[in-house]
Amino acid sequence: MGTTTMNETNQAQASFGGVAARSAAALNQSRISIRNLDFYYGSNKALKGINLDIPDRQVTGMIGPSGCGKSTLLRVLNRMYDLYPGQRATGEAILDGQNIVGKDTDLNALRARIGMVFQKPTPFPMTIYDNIAFGVRLHERLNKAEMDERVEWSISRAALWTEVKDRLNTSAMGLSGGQQQRLCIARTIAVRPDVILFDEPTSALDPISTLKIEELIDELKSDFTIVIVTHNMQQAARCADQVAFFYIGELVEVGPAAQMFTAPKERRTQEYITGRFG
Amino acid sequence: MSATAIGAVGPSKDQRVSKSLGRRRKLSNRIVSVLCVLATVIGLVFLASILFTLFWLGFNGLSLTVFTTSTLPPGSNGGLLNAMIGLMVGTYLAEYAQGSAVGNAVRFVSDVLLSAPSILIGLFVYELMVSPWGAFSGLAGSVALAVIVIPIVVRTTEDMLRLIPVSLREAAVALGAPKWLVITKICYRAAKDGIMTGILLAVARIAGETAPLLFTSLGNLNWSLNLGKPMASLPVTIYQYAGSAFQDWVQLAWAGALLITVGVLALNILARLLLRGGK
Repeated sequence: MGTTTMNETNQAQASFGGVAARSAAALNQSRISIRNLDFYYGSNKALKGINLDIPDRQVTGMIGPSGCGKSTLLRVLNRMYDLYPGQRATGEAILDGQNIVGKDTDLNALRARIGMVFQKPTPFPMTIYDNIAFGVRLHERLNKAEMDERVEWSISRAALWTEVKDRLNTSAMGLSGGQQQRLCIARTIAVRPDVILFDEPTSALDPISTLKIEELIDELKSDFTIVIVTHNMQQAARCADQVAFFYIGELVEVGPAAQMFTAPKERRTQEYITGRFG
Repeated sequence: MSATAIGAVGPSKDQRVSKSLGRRRKLSNRIVSVLCVLATVIGLVFLASILFTLFWLGFNGLSLTVFTTSTLPPGSNGGLLNAMIGLMVGTYLAEYAQGSAVGNAVRFVSDVLLSAPSILIGLFVYELMVSPWGAFSGLAGSVALAVIVIPIVVRTTEDMLRLIPVSLREAAVALGAPKWLVITKICYRAAKDGIMTGILLAVARIAGETAPLLFTSLGNLNWSLNLGKPMASLPVTIYQYAGSAFQDWVQLAWAGALLITVGVLALNILARLLLRGGK
């Protein structure tokens, strides 16, 4: 390693300050194993031979410039692309021995196990209570008391309970943007998935709401495996245990967060995280 | 000098240029707004004069006997069932038939129906129901009106469903909801206002239709609730009475016209109240 690269690495390390303290040690064993995954929008190949292990009950951050395929990969994991004809994936993404992208996957059951939180808050046009109950009712038959308990549990886990407990029967559209996003997170965990996918969950939020969501993600990883796509590298550094860097449809490099931000192996990774491009 | 000047007048180079530009813009602004106000006034004058004449002549003809004596049952019925059909067709077009040939054909036919003169629909139902059975009937009248409802509701339903953001559908799908549940529980709820407005507009429209009833329910001078027989309706009654030579019949026609107008107005107000109450 030449002196110039050493300098740049030190700069990168400095700019991510306290974050580098996150232990570079042991990633948990893999929950989802992605092998040789290709993805096509029509004839346009958007993901090329992706191999990636997503560690159980840890946060995997996906970074990279716009159009590099990170959101696409996220939408492969819950088969969201099935909504759109012309989009298809080949290869493997194994969750508990079952290939997610296989033909015979039960999509609704899969989506109950792999939840998703979107870029913009998307509350349903109904009460706060029904926003939560909607997803639960799809998969479980609970009586009133059990449902009440589930609603309280999920909203509490999403750090929203004290703010909304007195107005569960009012419309969810009346909440602020940050509250709506936490409601969407509550709605997702209410179904009790194994994995939660976050697609730039804070890009439409103010800094304080962003902070709350990030704290929440840190809190949730004790129970859920989390994958987060973000454009914000500080956010990846703050939240992620493992970081994957994508560039033009390829997975350039993946590793523990501390190592990725301090001593990346690939030159392109280094250039991206030091702000040379992207 | 430069710094303060730029700060004061902005990027303009010459004060005179900016002044003359400003004058021209102010002038054209004034001309356009005068034209707009003029157009509004012309429209409103005609509308107001129609309403005024209606109320003036209609109130004179209005008396308690108008409601209690025969020849004035309310006319249009049967439209709501077809609003359901229209709703389902609209849903099919927006949700299931994106880009498919069948969908495009259905949409095209519906658009043609939407702009077809209503007398054509009357003629169609006449051929279908009146001429084979050899009798005008209230039922045939309802069918004709119902046919008019369908394309209006199809159009508004499809448009309203298309307005729902993709992100809302995806959010529901991401929870593991099957498509039919996404449509019935999420999309209908989000598009409720627009769809209800479409249905009520359609009902309001057929309440005033005359042409399709001429060939179908015909009109009846006596009170009848038998759908198999000719049946009276306000628009047809107005049509017949207004053209008659008797002064008191013409008066009654005016009263009928007032009743229809007030009825449609009430329907619209009711719709607004309902929609506001639902929120």
